[in-house]
Amino acid sequence: MRSALKNDQENDQTPIDDLIRSGYAHGFVTPIESDTFPPGLSENTILKISAKKNEPDWVLEWRLKAYRRWLAMEDPEWAHVKHPDIDFQSMSYYSAPKKKESLNSLDEVDPQLLEAYNKLGIPLEEQKALAGAAVDAVFDSVSVATTFRKSLADAGVIFCSMSEAIQKHPQLVQKYMGSVVPYSDNFYAALNAAVFTDGTFVYIPQGVRCPMELSTYFRINEANTGQFERTLIIAEAGSSVSYLEGCTAPMRDENQLHAAVVELVAMDDASIKYSTVQNWYPGDEQGKGGIYNFVTKRGACRGKRSHISWTQVETGSAITWKYPSCLLIGDDSVGEFYSVAVTRGRQQADTGTKMIHIGANTKSTIVSKGISAGHGQNTYRGLVRMSKGAVNARNHTQCDSLLLGDQCAAHTFPYIEVMNPDAEVEHEATTSKISDDQLFYCRQRGISEEDAVSMIVNGFCKEVFKELPMEFAVEAQKLLNLTLEGAVG
Amino acid sequence: MLRINNLHVKIEGKQILNGLDLTVNAGEVHAIMGPNGSGKSTLSHVLAGREGYEVTDGQVLFNAENLLQLSPEQRAHKGVFLAMQYPVELPGVNNMTFIRESINAIRRARGQDEFNTLEFLQLIREKAAQLQLDEKLLKRNVNAGFSGGEKKRNEVLQMAMLEPQLAILDETDSGLDIDALRVIAQGVNSLRSAERSIILVTHYQRLLEYIQPDFVHVLVNGRIVRSGDKQLALTLEQKGYNWIIEEDAA
Ligand SMILES: Nc1ncnc2c1ncn2[C@@H]1O[C@H](COP(=O)(O)OP(=O)(O)OP(=O)(O)O)[C@@H](O)[C@H]1O
Ligand SMILES: [Mg+2]
Repeated sequence: MRSALKNDQENDQTPIDDLIRSGYAHGFVTPIESDTFPPGLSENTILKISAKKNEPDWVLEWRLKAYRRWLAMEDPEWAHVKHPDIDFQSMSYYSAPKKKESLNSLDEVDPQLLEAYNKLGIPLEEQKALAGAAVDAVFDSVSVATTFRKSLADAGVIFCSMSEAIQKHPQLVQKYMGSVVPYSDNFYAALNAAVFTDGTFVYIPQGVRCPMELSTYFRINEANTGQFERTLIIAEAGSSVSYLEGCTAPMRDENQLHAAVVELVAMDDASIKYSTVQNWYPGDEQGKGGIYNFVTKRGACRGKRSHISWTQVETGSAITWKYPSCLLIGDDSVGEFYSVAVTRGRQQADTGTKMIHIGANTKSTIVSKGISAGHGQNTYRGLVRMSKGAVNARNHTQCDSLLLGDQCAAHTFPYIEVMNPDAEVEHEATTSKISDDQLFYCRQRGISEEDAVSMIVNGFCKEVFKELPMEFAVEAQKLLNLTLEGAVG
Repeated sequence: MLRINNLHVKIEGKQILNGLDLTVNAGEVHAIMGPNGSGKSTLSHVLAGREGYEVTDGQVLFNAENLLQLSPEQRAHKGVFLAMQYPVELPGVNNMTFIRESINAIRRARGQDEFNTLEFLQLIREKAAQLQLDEKLLKRNVNAGFSGGEKKRNEVLQMAMLEPQLAILDETDSGLDIDALRVIAQGVNSLRSAERSIILVTHYQRLLEYIQPDFVHVLVNGRIVRSGDKQLALTLEQKGYNWIIEEDAA
């Protein structure tokens, strides 16, 4: 099955064209002294990273295996995106704010850094965090501060940087890291395994409902650095956790690479909700600069009745290449994917999900909302596989595209593989445009064109926004309006 | 209140309105009738400011102001309301939210305070009850999957909420069942006032039994060729339009 819809009437300027340009509000650079490796990638680079982090041998060995594997792999070309070849030797693979000793409280964090987070609107200070979120902030490659670790520790929850987890909880890391996304999985996953510098580690013990939303803000500050973080979340039997991830990066003319890996493991009756609002710098109108966001995210529902839910709102990045996936191994396990992806200017997004049904009675739901404006290219690529053992498995996919203007495009590539005759797969897809009739109707009622567009777009995304934690949903809505309402910004 | 002089309008190079004159004073109700394709909806759209129409000659004054230079939303802010012949669907946009956005946008533009949620809810419930509009429709998306008659009721509900100075109803009676017609007519009648003007575009004399017009006009080939009182509508019902067209040509 394959359907593609392209609108290429060239000079049919609609009033919407004016609305879809907007500035990037997070484009500041923080002047902080940092310890940065010179550009280049070799086994020596990896030895140096590992040494900086004082890692045990098994981690270094794993990195080197990944690196050798990566050398033998090719940059994937199947995605519906175009970009110049990435020169992996021109990037630096390690950058950390200087002065970083072990930090015990926020008072010890560089005030410039806190200021940077304040500008991003991250609730890093404890008072704000009291409102409900614990924040693990990753500034370039090193995790800077972890708030609320103590109250989490009381509940038995481990929430720390990956580097710290490797030092303090090596058995857990060794057991699970790479168990969902092996280093050999794909080109960027292999690169990440070789050079990852930090990330977040979460462990929820058996029967524990994590007492607060956990959240990480990633930010690429240093020029010419790639960011390769790894996140690992383990939810033991009967536990549950909701994790929020937000991303922004300063405005730069050159492209930057972000190749993260996220692994989730849910045991019997455990549930993990992973929400992302991604607003990496998308590049300018002509497509200069911006983040290349090539990410591997995968969750394994290992236990019976386990539940993994991915929700993402993607408005940034020059190129996004990302398929948060679920391996539904345990019987009666449930996988969900809710996504809003916006492309405008010259942005390209090739995103979707994979739902691999292995256990009996497994269920998955996919709701993908793609919005294209300007010259944006939005591709949904989804795989639903019903394996032999997936007796009575169910999938429902809803894949909607909304086009703003005549020069953008939406493409849909659903791949469906059914090896079990009992399994049921439903796929629905729609493509719509905001029509002049709709805009006129709203304006006749006194609503400005911009407000009308944002009202219709928000309506289009409602199904996904309602899956986000409340405050995040409000943020996501604001972000979306900001992204699409250029005329006022 | 509204003064249209010698209005000429083209769509895609085709002349649709051809020297139309119409004056509507405050407090008056005018009915416009005429054969299919004669330009009634075109007139309504031009008054509301829809794009795609080229005004080649003539002028439109609304309270002595040049209406044609205003954007659709500015006209709405000044009190022009059009109940559309074919109301569009807004998937994903909750009807109640939409009406609140609308009323508050207009209030903001007029420098008035926005309605708070409670005031708004009370008002819309009251109006919906008057129009016997099922409250479930308020919770659904704007016009999405509404029946033809429900869409028309929803237009009248919006009119009742916005209390416009000039209300143009383009075939709001078409597609309504007999009871609905009566209810809608009551809704319109309750809006009649010395400060408000109403233009009713209709094909059916029946509506005019419920809403007594001060004037009835016949629009043919983009011009008003005959005006009269409600007796004219009765004559049209009996004799059709041909005799007028013939007399006009003669
Ligand atoms: N976008 C358009 N392009 C070309 N012709 C158009 C367009 N819109 C309207 N017309 C034509 O203009 C003429 C007047 O149309 P209009 O909708 O105003 O008629 P009407 O009097 O409202 O008719 P009805 O009673 O059927 O509603 C018709 O001949 C119609 O086909
Ligand atoms: Mg009409």
